[in-house]
Amino acid sequence: MAQPRVETSPRVSDEVRKTTCYMCACRCGINVHMKDGKVAYIEGNRDHPVNKGVLCAKGSAGIMQHNAPSRLRAPLKRVGPRGSGEFEEISWDEALETAVNWLKPLRETAPEKLAFFTGRDQSQSFTGWWAQAYGTPNFAAHGGFCSVNMATAGIYTMGGAFWEFGAPDWEHAKLFLLFGVAEDHDSNPIKMGIGRLKERGAKVIGVNPIRSGYNAVADDWIGITPGTDGLLILSLIHCLLKAGRIDLDYLARFTNAPVLLNCDPKSPDHGLFLRDEDDKPQVIDRVTGKQVAWDRPGITPDLTGHVRRAGVTHTSVMHLLAERYLDPQYAPESVADRCGLTSERIRALAGELARAAFDDPMVIDRPWTDFRGDRHDRMVGRPVAIHAMRGISAHANGFQTCRALHILQILLGAVETPGGMRFKPPYPKPAHGHPRPHAQSTPGQPLPGPHLGYPQGPEDLALSDGGEPLRIDKAFTWENPLSAHGLMHMVISNAHAGDPYRIDTLFLYMANMAWNSSMNTSGVMEMLTDTDECGDYKIPRIIYSDAYSSEMVAYADLILPDTTYLERHDCISLLDRPISEPDAAADAIRWPVVQPDRDVRGFQSVLLDLGARLGLPGMVDEDGAPKYADYADYIQSHERRPGVGPLAGWRMSDTGLTHGRGAPNAAQIDSYIANGGFCTLHIPEEAQYFKPWNSAYQDWAVTTGLCDAPAPYLFQLYVEPLRRFQRAAEGHGDHQPPDHLRQQIQEKLDPLPLWYAPDAGDPDTYPVHALTQRPMAMYHSWGTQNAWLRQLHGHNPMYLPTRLMREHGLQDGDWARITSPHGAITVPVMEMAALNPNTIWTWNAIGKRKGAWALKPDAPEASKGFLLNHLIHELLPPKGDGLRWSNSDPVTGQAAWFDLRARIEKVPPPAESQPAFGEIASPVGQGPEQLAWKTKP
Amino acid sequence: MTTLPEKTTRSLGLVIDLDTCVGCHACVISCKGWNTENYGAPLSDQDPYGADPSGTFLNRVHSYEVQPETGPAQLVHFPKSCLHCEDAPCVTVCPTGASYKRVEDGIVLVNESDCIGCGLCAWACPYGARELDLAEGVMKKCTLCVDRIYNENLPEEDRTPACVRTCPAGARHFGDLSDPDSDVSRLVAERGGIDLMPEQGTKPVNKYLPPRPKDGWQGEVDVLAPFLEPVAEEPRGFLAWIDKTLEKL
Repeated sequence: MAQPRVETSPRVSDEVRKTTCYMCACRCGINVHMKDGKVAYIEGNRDHPVNKGVLCAKGSAGIMQHNAPSRLRAPLKRVGPRGSGEFEEISWDEALETAVNWLKPLRETAPEKLAFFTGRDQSQSFTGWWAQAYGTPNFAAHGGFCSVNMATAGIYTMGGAFWEFGAPDWEHAKLFLLFGVAEDHDSNPIKMGIGRLKERGAKVIGVNPIRSGYNAVADDWIGITPGTDGLLILSLIHCLLKAGRIDLDYLARFTNAPVLLNCDPKSPDHGLFLRDEDDKPQVIDRVTGKQVAWDRPGITPDLTGHVRRAGVTHTSVMHLLAERYLDPQYAPESVADRCGLTSERIRALAGELARAAFDDPMVIDRPWTDFRGDRHDRMVGRPVAIHAMRGISAHANGFQTCRALHILQILLGAVETPGGMRFKPPYPKPAHGHPRPHAQSTPGQPLPGPHLGYPQGPEDLALSDGGEPLRIDKAFTWENPLSAHGLMHMVISNAHAGDPYRIDTLFLYMANMAWNSSMNTSGVMEMLTDTDECGDYKIPRIIYSDAYSSEMVAYADLILPDTTYLERHDCISLLDRPISEPDAAADAIRWPVVQPDRDVRGFQSVLLDLGARLGLPGMVDEDGAPKYADYADYIQSHERRPGVGPLAGWRMSDTGLTHGRGAPNAAQIDSYIANGGFCTLHIPEEAQYFKPWNSAYQDWAVTTGLCDAPAPYLFQLYVEPLRRFQRAAEGHGDHQPPDHLRQQIQEKLDPLPLWYAPDAGDPDTYPVHALTQRPMAMYHSWGTQNAWLRQLHGHNPMYLPTRLMREHGLQDGDWARITSPHGAITVPVMEMAALNPNTIWTWNAIGKRKGAWALKPDAPEASKGFLLNHLIHELLPPKGDGLRWSNSDPVTGQAAWFDLRARIEKVPPPAESQPAFGEIASPVGQGPEQLAWKTKP
Repeated sequence: MTTLPEKTTRSLGLVIDLDTCVGCHACVISCKGWNTENYGAPLSDQDPYGADPSGTFLNRVHSYEVQPETGPAQLVHFPKSCLHCEDAPCVTVCPTGASYKRVEDGIVLVNESDCIGCGLCAWACPYGARELDLAEGVMKKCTLCVDRIYNENLPEEDRTPACVRTCPAGARHFGDLSDPDSDVSRLVAERGGIDLMPEQGTKPVNKYLPPRPKDGWQGEVDVLAPFLEPVAEEPRGFLAWIDKTLEKL
């Protein structure tokens, strides 16, 4: 039989439109293949700095997100009771007028009664600007329940952090150490990086209670007990210090290890830096023996310096650090049991770090000059790269654990050196280079500055003159002073309790707070529907914007339907969370590669419309007319500082188009589209490492518009702002904490990292640790109703280690009741051997509410799927003092999801997972019986 | 019954690195997207939003736990698609000639216009690599993206299967396994690439690179110990050591 003829060169598409993915938070470049005006196929953009052509499962499934039956169709007004899902479609005029009628009187009388919180928002420099113009202090995004410990610890310690602001040096690292679940952020670059390490034969070590995902391909797996990472890291530091395996030259030049500290416990300045009349921290110059400012050109700071001034002894930070961590309490033998490891395992890991860092340094023959004017012939690095994200972050000891991790990196000399971790512009940028928080609202006026920032001491807290929290989430209060991302997980709980005050309107964007994004989900649903003695909702008004029929939609009064990511303008801006890489600053856009076929509008354009209708400053001109036609117009014409706008590419100069600083360009978006949707500004070679101290980098950052003057700084092994809070708790200064928080502040806001066991329930009653993670094919993905992705991960059993399966007589498919100090769930179980023997876990956010996401009510996500959230309360169990203690890190307020402890009992199988909830009405109906998506040939 | 060619000019196939595959399913969905829009009937999904969603996929990733004799359990991610066997039983079993192996490159394809959806080939395949599309009633399988790899409408660098182009970890490689000098053949030689279920006698073209040995740290304990030789036991001695060391620098 003759072989059939196959068409091997079919037409692929009519046109390729290049934009930015939004299936998760990773911001990859995508080629959207169009046929007959429809989306035919999505692939990665090879030229893009983030993904270089590759694309994950989420990205390729974008076509099913764009075609999802759960897409909202038009603005909605609630007609049934809250939580019923009963709505009626209304016009945009009616929707916007309703919102204005609610928001305008609030702004004129009590702007703090609007709480505006955004979830997966990637336009925070814009949404924050809007909230600032409105004048409410109550704005933040979802960082407080995500990874704020990682971000804040990084900024205060190093002036940078992982993911958007830093990355491993994949091309030069010889050892890669990965802590905790990290499949969540920087999805494709980490997979690409791990592939690259494997290709080069570099070693990968995973430290994680669960051996899945990246830990499955790790050469060594260390199945640590949850919440003890900090203890392990401090033990590694102990071993390395004791063996002298630290980079002394790096520590002396680039960190505050040589900075002199007041060591007199009787002095009011105890624990603060010795400073000169210019307020500069002091060091001893090893050459002259004299006390000088840290940044004096030509000096050699002395790591072991000490000096007596006015009867007070001052010694270097290095002294204190050595005393702290050489203590036998951090010896491997002392910590091993608590970490669930052997001391031999800890020593071997420390030895591995020492060998990789110092036995074979990574040297690049590239001269550079530091901020003191010293010329270096070569770039010498320690090829140990470390990465971590939510895993070590989402604990009540997470801030100090993340700090400890950065101290470890810095002691090795493995930050901003070849083979280590590298910052991405606009980072490096130290905590003191960021704004401080602003929260003092005045009726009818904008807020005096940005909401979020990095406090340097008690005077920067968001407290009233009477010491009351100014923010509804109690961010920047004595309970959690460095809450740089806010505490979104406390907003509904506090608003419901009227603690610190009642609000009128809750305005949310892309945040599924009535389901998987809240702790204590059942409780939150009750809070959202609870009424006062008059029968009115305790949270009177809820406005919500989402593109999909999520669970949160059913709990709102007014819905502003958003577009899909293929139908909208966006900018991924250097003003907030850009797509930079260590060798380049980069930003990007989204643009409507297809037009919406429904009555929906991009949320940012709606916010500008709303702002203009409210007459907000900056959104109307002198005559009160709207200043911006839509978000695209804002992206191109808004200037934050002269010459600096949301996008850095293709601005106008005297001589034509320019990158970096420049005047607005009315055709800027066209230039981005022509260039594949992004702009890259390469860092000169001499400036690519040692950035915080590298004169060439500092000069480049000024030219590019990232900052206005060179601002070199030292890494902060010792974080002085933390010490300022401790001093206040000891009774010094005008700003004093309430008495019930003094001890917590003295203990937990230690300027050198410490470890403490999270307060998560009695280990005898609740002997098991319980965790969640999302599958790689869904992490940060908005909508697991995606028809293709839900076929990969439509079920979420509770995974139990072999030991616990045996102990409880369980087999795969049996059911167990899992009980925490807060509640109980009854769920199906499955055995997993590659798991810490005292840890159980499940996939997060697979479980769905019946009726949501256009799924049928008998979908497995709605019948067998479940949320671990029901076991985790936003508050710690009552302590008998009448106070509401949030289940958060006491430094940053990060939600302590992963502190959960539980116990297990085998139970007969129920009909469905418990707790089960009634069906909500779907405002969009249900999906089709069959899909066979194909554009016309 | 359908006959196999005596010899193929080339043997195009995939080399899949099990040491690097993180199990992210990027290849699965990229394949689904390309092959829904391209070759033959779209890959349909039944009950896509209901109780038992079941769609046609040409490539799936399975995960297996492995308990070695010593050391902790391991998890291996195992992507699986048609292996384009030299002795492909799915071809010889086909009653209509719809299944065939191409002479020029060894790709096993289904000519959908001749396929009667009898399912014999899926039954004959020991790897479970074929799926009957329930909407169209024809057998679907990996085409090795025959409509990409020669496609003159694509830039040359994109003439590779969708799963290979998209794999973020770089765990998938495409090439001619009959050419000992090809990149894929060299990779197989260097890394000890293996056939899947060789006892089936199907002579698969696709190869798998096995995971490298893991968790061998105990063998390194003695080598690593000298790196932790103490320079001092307590802070005073440690600071003296720093001074001494800095003087030498």
